[in-house]
Amino acid sequence: MVTLGDYLLVSGVLFSIGFAGVMLRRNLIIILMSLELMLNAANLSLVAFSRFRVDSSGLPNYNAQVFVFFIITVAAAEVAVGLAILVALFRARQTTDVKDISSLKF
Amino acid sequence: MSPFLFWLFASLTVIFGAAVVINRNPVASALSLVASFMGLAALFVSLDAYFVGIIQVLVYAGAVMVLFLFIVMLLNLQAEERRRINWLAAAGGITVAVILLVQIAVTIRRFEAARQAFPPLARSTDDVWNIGALLFRNYNLPFQIVGVLVLVATIGVVLLSKREPQ
Repeated sequence: MVTLGDYLLVSGVLFSIGFAGVMLRRNLIIILMSLELMLNAANLSLVAFSRFRVDSSGLPNYNAQVFVFFIITVAAAEVAVGLAILVALFRARQTTDVKDISSLKF
Repeated sequence: MSPFLFWLFASLTVIFGAAVVINRNPVASALSLVASFMGLAALFVSLDAYFVGIIQVLVYAGAVMVLFLFIVMLLNLQAEERRRINWLAAAGGITVAVILLVQIAVTIRRFEAARQAFPPLARSTDDVWNIGALLFRNYNLPFQIVGVLVLVATIGVVLLSKREPQ
């Protein structure tokens, strides 16, 4: 029997992997991919909660799935802008490594 | 959904998610991310969220990942050369992530409802119709705001990637 907790645990593991990727990796593209992993982990727990809250007519709670729709849309826009910034940065500095981008560092 | 299929797709998602972080080659990372998203789409379908599963495949595994691969190949990024790993920083990052995971696991364990199975659904759930109705009735303003956001993102991308006139 698969419970709600199993789905939440998978979501938590996925979020932690994405978080570790943001903390550990220095390549900006990989950091963006790890951000996507974290957003998708949140989506998974939203859909699991949606399926868990079944109303009297036997339908899941669709509010959470509408939120997932919004998250996917905003994430797609975020990736497009993030990658455009990355290309502009690569043109100026010829690097995607966060260690080489320290002009604002005090 | 049988438990076997659930654990199969869950482990697929998690293993390829870890491969995204571990791989040194950005192309391999991007392809692992595609595999991870496909496993995630299967998990969505197992939760009877067919519409979300399909847009996960179309938008993420399709559009977003093509964008990632295109940028990786445009910039011609090779596998990173082995730099000296700062073991202290790496251990710190892994420790913080593990602490976060343990906290999430403990919270789920204490959560009473997490031990229950999912209640049964009605015979037919017309989920595209239901999500669409909710989107245009209750969430009409946020929907239009998201439309403006996508437009602004498009203009921003064009502006950012335009070359400065010499």
